[in-house]
Amino acid sequence: MTPLLGILVLVIGFAVRANPLAVVLAAAVTAGFAAGLDPLAVLAALGKAFNTNRFVSALWIILPVVGLLERAGLRERAATLITSSARLTTGRLLILYLAFRQLTAALGLISIAGHAQTVRPLIAPMAEAAAARARPEITADDLARVRAMAAATDNVGVFFGEDIFLAVASILLIKATLETAGIFVQPFQLAVWAIPGAVAAFLIHSARLLALDRRLAAQRTP
Amino acid sequence: MIGLPALYTLAGLLFAAWAAITLLDKSHPGRLGTALFWSLIALSFLAGDHLGDVANGALVVALVSLVTLGFPRRGTSPETPLSDRQSSAKTLGNRLFAFALIVPATALAGTLIFPHIPIIDPKQVTLISLALGVLIAAALLLRTLRLAPVVAVSEGKRLVDGIGWALLLPQLLASLGSVFALAGIGDIIGHSVASAIPQGQHLPAVLAYTLGMAGFTIIMGNAFAAFPVMFAAVGLPILITGLGASPVVIGAVGMLAGFSGTLLSPMAANYNIVPAVLLNLDRSAVIRAQTITAIPMFIFNTLIIWMYAFPSP
Repeated sequence: MTPLLGILVLVIGFAVRANPLAVVLAAAVTAGFAAGLDPLAVLAALGKAFNTNRFVSALWIILPVVGLLERAGLRERAATLITSSARLTTGRLLILYLAFRQLTAALGLISIAGHAQTVRPLIAPMAEAAAARARPEITADDLARVRAMAAATDNVGVFFGEDIFLAVASILLIKATLETAGIFVQPFQLAVWAIPGAVAAFLIHSARLLALDRRLAAQRTP
Repeated sequence: MIGLPALYTLAGLLFAAWAAITLLDKSHPGRLGTALFWSLIALSFLAGDHLGDVANGALVVALVSLVTLGFPRRGTSPETPLSDRQSSAKTLGNRLFAFALIVPATALAGTLIFPHIPIIDPKQVTLISLALGVLIAAALLLRTLRLAPVVAVSEGKRLVDGIGWALLLPQLLASLGSVFALAGIGDIIGHSVASAIPQGQHLPAVLAYTLGMAGFTIIMGNAFAAFPVMFAAVGLPILITGLGASPVVIGAVGMLAGFSGTLLSPMAANYNIVPAVLLNLDRSAVIRAQTITAIPMFIFNTLIIWMYAFPSP
């Protein structure tokens, strides 16, 4: 049996929309068994990895602050601010945020913003308020699309900004991988090659955001 | 030294407090199962290093079993009414933005200052400064709003109720990556991609490399897992050694090709699933919003390698 069965379980599980946690556990167990590990070894490998990766879930300690900010009215204030400045459309706001995310990520400042920290309490409500101003009769589906675009903008900004920073994990991983092959490069050489991608990502995603603005404005009924 | 253990203690206490609030809330549907779910996470944070690998594995199985039984469930306590939030927004005005900036600003300051402070683990500077920012922001907000500390815990509880089981997905997926690596899945995929390429031509080899990076990243949810595999299977033997490509371009731009895969992967829970849950969206809404950016970026990075990685003839 091949461990690739683990991937098959993953793909089928996601396709039938079973609970992802159960799918992931089933995939891990399948891959482990198929690789010839005994049940206890699979359990131990999973437990060890889960324990090592706790830092991934530790970031949820931000939730009380986000909750307090929402209770204090941050979302409402952000929406008011947007409504009072007519030139800041949904697209332009998100382009500003994209530039902010790319530039700060290029300086290594990835965790200063994010989906829990900034998108939910600040950027998404502002983008929605601007969209509702452009089109007062906007539907719930279109507002959902605006929120999804706000989250997408955060991801695109980080992914195609962070590799310009010399000491980011991915640059160090590339350097280490090349070194195991006996090729020695400086992080600076690698970071330079991340710049064309960063520029292209800014142009492509900004064009989409401006298209979103046009779509919001065009469907306005007279 | 202040490092991950301090952060884990803080997180453990918070999850334990959420479990306690749930247990005390008599109106909560599925009170016991939900409280048990949060307590098990608290246990993992507080005692994970002392449990041993098998017990930690059993803990994972217990958590996933609770999820398949329909836990954790949402509490019934309502959000602060809109009118109250609007009047609070009016009173506090733009000071609210200052409060929102405390965590980012502390993270920024900590990233710059903490490496020079010997009692802080230099490897965990960002996480520690984020945690410090959380404590400062919570304290200042509670003081300004004249609220008891328990309100911070219950406001966090309101949000974590909305996120539910999805909260564990990023950590569990990261663990799956380790198990897949142990089972040798990377090598199998790498070799099958490598054997499918016609020899000696640039474009098919570049495409095999970038498509392999993006595709394997979609499966694993993480370009970091895909990169060493595809580099060892295709990048090094075929592109660099075989066709004389530049290792710098193959390394740097190959990783970016993987990032396009991350934008499309339901396995990249932190980036694609968690925000969908946080913003009350359909589970695939963020991936759909990213598709039209990810595909041109993939083509762009493939072209960069094809045009600039090889020595001019």
